[in-house]
Amino acid sequence: MKYLAQQAINALQLGSIYALIALGYSMVYGVLTMINFAHGDVFMLGAFFCLLLIAIVPVPFWLALIVVMGATALLGTLIERFAYRPLRNAPRVSAIITALGCGLVIQNTTLGISPYARPMPHLIDNATYQFAGITVTTLQIIIIGVSVALMLVLDFLISKTSFGMAMRAIASDRATVSLLGVPANQVIAVTFALGAALGGAAGLLYGMAYPVVSAAMGITVGWKAFVAAVIGGIGNMRGAVLGAFLLGGVEVMTVAVLPSTYRDLISYSLLLLILVFKPHGLLGKSTIHKA
Amino acid sequence: MIGMTSWTKSRYLPAVLLVAGLIVTAILPSTGLVNDYLQFVIVSVAINAILCVSLNLVNGWMGEFSVGHAGFMALGAYASAILTVKLFPSAPAALIFPAAVLIGGTVAGLAGIPVGILSFKTRGDYLAIITLAFLMIVKSGLENIPYTGGPRGMLGIPRLTTVAWAYFWCVVAFWAIRNLVYSKYGRGIAAIREDEIAAEAMGVNTRTAKLVAFVTSSFFAGIAGALFAHQLQFINPSSFDILKSTEILVMVYLGGVASLGGSLLGAGFVTILTQCLQPLGTWRMVVLPALLVLLMLFRPGGIMGYRDWNWLKPRIPFRSKPDVKDNGKEEIVP
Repeated sequence: MKYLAQQAINALQLGSIYALIALGYSMVYGVLTMINFAHGDVFMLGAFFCLLLIAIVPVPFWLALIVVMGATALLGTLIERFAYRPLRNAPRVSAIITALGCGLVIQNTTLGISPYARPMPHLIDNATYQFAGITVTTLQIIIIGVSVALMLVLDFLISKTSFGMAMRAIASDRATVSLLGVPANQVIAVTFALGAALGGAAGLLYGMAYPVVSAAMGITVGWKAFVAAVIGGIGNMRGAVLGAFLLGGVEVMTVAVLPSTYRDLISYSLLLLILVFKPHGLLGKSTIHKA
Repeated sequence: MIGMTSWTKSRYLPAVLLVAGLIVTAILPSTGLVNDYLQFVIVSVAINAILCVSLNLVNGWMGEFSVGHAGFMALGAYASAILTVKLFPSAPAALIFPAAVLIGGTVAGLAGIPVGILSFKTRGDYLAIITLAFLMIVKSGLENIPYTGGPRGMLGIPRLTTVAWAYFWCVVAFWAIRNLVYSKYGRGIAAIREDEIAAEAMGVNTRTAKLVAFVTSSFFAGIAGALFAHQLQFINPSSFDILKSTEILVMVYLGGVASLGGSLLGAGFVTILTQCLQPLGTWRMVVLPALLVLLMLFRPGGIMGYRDWNWLKPRIPFRSKPDVKDNGKEEIVP
């Protein structure tokens, strides 16, 4: 029981990082119905920006988080402006390929600059607490706390503000919304910025939790978050969070029972299984695709 | 029958040229005109051309977006390598190699059936995700099989892929896919790309067409994988990851979608460029995707999208003009 509870904490930690990344995938899919394959690499850059920042000036955790989120938000906006916006009315496949290409450019540029995995320095004093025999670290509390706080802010933005209303309107019918005077391009740019900022925050938190940062993170972790977004129903924010915690739980349990090499096998099999029975994910709207 | 002026129109010319090509590629290594490195590049171009044209069948002609091609390739590579390394290590190469390549293709083709069946229900982004999941499952599945060396992969595969074999399979792949896409089935496949509902309403059996496209595509990916394994003499699961798929995607979209000539151009261009950029190291993989992004922004169809050289197209009766004899009289074919 104690062991199970301990694993549940680990699952929460992994799940909340997945959730932050998955939200970025889902938000962009929601407004543009486009898979932003470069998002995993934005997440990876979040961790590298943090390394770079600490190497220049040793800043406290909160400041680092804000700076990294700002930097990745800027990057996300730039990618949207120069790579995706010109293709807004092109066939969907062109946009997907461009996203894939952008991701590879970012990943391999990072690999070219920093060929080896780097250790992440400690940003906070990590203390260990005991609650009824379960060990919880400060780091875990911060990771889960920051993630949940960011998700709540995002939920408030989407459901309560006029920006969120514009975003939801664009998701349901972009052409009409533009005619009604909503600045669609600005809203889409802000959506990208928000998604990238969450991805950057996830990169920073991931770097702190598993203190090795490498250029391959965008594929190994970023794509897993994408799987989480699809399991929950891509385009659906709450689905993304649900899928992320589900995937985090499944992965942690897999590693607890089987050798860790089975982790990818199990999580992608889960994805395939869910897509076979629920082709639009757990919470996704089942639109009539043949129309 | 064949006048001197119209020998280029002879229906036997392509066959003669192809056989001549086979003879040339068979004697090429022993002439000493091309060194080992050049042979390696030629074989790589041929293997990549097979991968490119077979992926083009699904991504170009059918208009879906598959990222799982490297997975089919892996199955072909492993199946053939198990035959030549584990089961029949002492069998004569001339006998075992064609069989191994064919079986590699068949295994991959069989694996294409479930993916094809899944494509009945899902399309577009979700199908792309299914092919991604397929690729990851194949890769991490192979990593967990001790029989084939797990993540370390298989070593000591005999080097059986010669220039002639690569040329032969490349011709077979292009010939088969050309005949498929210019046939009734092929037009059905292209109709799915344009509008699936309309295609179904016009009587295209979309399920058969999808299944044919996926199985053919994965069969040739398996063939290419088998050739690849016996060229490099070493395979491991990470040689068939998402980067390999992306490399093939770059070739397809650079050369041109739904185009045989484009597949050839894309494979040749990317392979040779990759070799030329070898000194750049990692930065090579920055140049290629950047090229792809620029291409998508300025020429989304690739170099030869939806077009083809006439000599690659079959002579379709309604496309060709009536057969005119040298004396100008129309020949009426009974």
